[in-house]
Amino acid sequence: MNTENAIEVRNMKKKFKVYFDKGHMLKECLIFANRNKHEDRWVLNGVSFDIKKGEAVGLIGKNGCGKSTTLKLLNRIIYPNEGTVEINGKVSSLIELGAGFHEDMTGRENIYINASIFGLTKKEIDERLDDIIRFSELEEYIDNPVRTYSSGMYMRLAFSVAINVDADVLLIDEILAVGDVNFQEKCFQKLRDVKRNGTTIVIVSHALSQVEKICDRAIWIEKGLIKEDGAPREICKKYLESMEYDRLERAEQEYVMQKKEEEEKKLQEKAEREQKRKEEEKARQQEIEKKKQEEEKKKKDEQKRKLNLTCRDICKQCGPDARREGTGEVVFTKVRLLNGDREECQKFKTGDEMIIEIEYEKKVDTDIKGSVSVCITRADWIYCAGFSVKLENGKEIPFKNHGTLELKINELTLLKEKYMLDFIIETTESKLDTLYSLVQFEVETFNKHSSGVNIIAHSWNMDGKKVEQMRYESEEI
Amino acid sequence: MTKLKEIYDYRQMIISLVRRDLRGRYKASALGFLWTFINPLCQILVYTFVFQFIMRTGIEQFYVFLISGMIPWIFFSTAVGAGTTCVKNQSEMVKKIYFPREVLPISFVTSAFINMLFCFVMIFAVILISGRGFNVLALLFLPIVMIIEYIMALGFTMIVSGLTIYFRDMEHIVGVIMMAWIYLTPIMYTVDMVPKNLRGVYFANPMTPVIQAYQQILYYEEIPAMKTLLLAGGFGLVVLIIGVYAFRKMSRNFAEEL
Repeated sequence: MNTENAIEVRNMKKKFKVYFDKGHMLKECLIFANRNKHEDRWVLNGVSFDIKKGEAVGLIGKNGCGKSTTLKLLNRIIYPNEGTVEINGKVSSLIELGAGFHEDMTGRENIYINASIFGLTKKEIDERLDDIIRFSELEEYIDNPVRTYSSGMYMRLAFSVAINVDADVLLIDEILAVGDVNFQEKCFQKLRDVKRNGTTIVIVSHALSQVEKICDRAIWIEKGLIKEDGAPREICKKYLESMEYDRLERAEQEYVMQKKEEEEKKLQEKAEREQKRKEEEKARQQEIEKKKQEEEKKKKDEQKRKLNLTCRDICKQCGPDARREGTGEVVFTKVRLLNGDREECQKFKTGDEMIIEIEYEKKVDTDIKGSVSVCITRADWIYCAGFSVKLENGKEIPFKNHGTLELKINELTLLKEKYMLDFIIETTESKLDTLYSLVQFEVETFNKHSSGVNIIAHSWNMDGKKVEQMRYESEEI
Repeated sequence: MTKLKEIYDYRQMIISLVRRDLRGRYKASALGFLWTFINPLCQILVYTFVFQFIMRTGIEQFYVFLISGMIPWIFFSTAVGAGTTCVKNQSEMVKKIYFPREVLPISFVTSAFINMLFCFVMIFAVILISGRGFNVLALLFLPIVMIIEYIMALGFTMIVSGLTIYFRDMEHIVGVIMMAWIYLTPIMYTVDMVPKNLRGVYFANPMTPVIQAYQQILYYEEIPAMKTLLLAGGFGLVVLIIGVYAFRKMSRNFAEEL
């Protein structure tokens, strides 16, 4: 093993046995020799990496990709089926907080129990006791039984013990959600101190911002293999993009499924109708009339439903929450969200150009006058902006049979958040077609001159002298 | 050997778990620690009543004879019987944290052992009240016998607590075995009372020489026979070695099986 490395993992493979019906009883094991009726599920398919001493590494990936298993293997809770894991130095984990706590014993006594489980001797615990109590901010309560603690106090005590173990390698699994904001900040500070003191840190987290804040390196695991390995900012971005792609793909699949179901339903209905017709031939004319009425009603319902289901038809970038309603005289037929290069895009930077293409169709022969509007709403339901053709020139527009519109936003001044776009075709009396939350988009901001909803052009003067605006290239911590 | 050093490094964990167990056990009950004494005392009263007044054994001062075998037996049966679940009950810890798994059976057996040491106060009190004396020289052998019993109990506990993770029936099976075992060990009678042709079976029972050694020291006030001691020690070592080896094999997959 290279002495510069804290962790060396070579071609690590791990499988779990998934029992269809696991028999834990001796009887079952003896009688049913088919206890072997299980499936091997390979969670890790050969992972190799080195982690240098003092490095902080974040493991990211989807649920079930094997990152928590990797952490458990590093922790020697489970062992690999193939390959090797070598670790230089003492390992501590922030995986299970408060292990071995006894409700009836005091905080102080529980510190001894908990710390001893991490392998500390009494002398080592004595040395750290004051630090642990101070860090937990529980000085007043430390001699009360733990059962009197609130859950926040409990976690604070547990975290304080675990973080003060002073291991060479610290393994963390998604636990930085301890206590209130102040305590969380303190935990981060402490982690940074620990890192500065040369402890190697491995974190599993879904909170990518945490990974970016603490880690020097990110390893992206997918389907039990390392997909990417590199600087956190880069890897996290790629990972997010891939997640977004997956989401779209899933939405696409759902859409296809829905469509299929609908077609099947239609076929079924057709068959039913045919059968009905045969029956009708036999039945009396009165009944025929009745049925006709019913059928008409059904058709109307179907039309209504159709309007609801076609969000996806008119926009490929359609989001999961899209809803559609309206009377349907004039309808949208195509909506596209584009960037400055006229490519479909759902990620923007503050200051980017944004173009929205709209096509509509008039379904009736009468003349209709009205307006088309686009609204931007932030993910937390704050209404940010609205653009209406009617308000733009003070007149209603006469709708053509086919028409196109384009909304160009020269400079997007919104700040970092997720946003949703609504589209409306309306007359003064009614809404003809409304698409709520049709498209979602995300805005990244690298500039810190403004905060809030959007950028407002401004300048600072100090003692009569203009304050220079700093140039931000990327997001700072 | 590295394992042994590792367990030594985790000694504070063993101490903590033993302390937690001893202090936590009766913390919420009114009589608290007194239960350590009340429980075996009641058991001994019942057996004394049955064997001294109803089914007479003819052993002189039967209660002294009984208590000198019964207290060590209670330690053994608690360690092995209740110890079957000592790993299973800590499943949360085993699944989430690394530590040498041996710590769990060791601390469980140790805590039962310390309970027995407290109960020995009771034995000495009973012997004093009965008017029988002590053989001081024989008492020097008491720690040796205790250590042998500790080793044997640890070995058995390691085996059964590991097996329980794989077969949950183990805990009930062990319960039945312990129930039968107490009657197959000369605690309530002497080996002389056993028909000659059955005695061979008695010496296949590893607990027989251990209990006999206790009785020799405490009841008969004599130095235990070398043969008994060697037999007990031999059994103890064999059981421990099997236990350590089996436990290590089994413990690799604990986190997955739990």
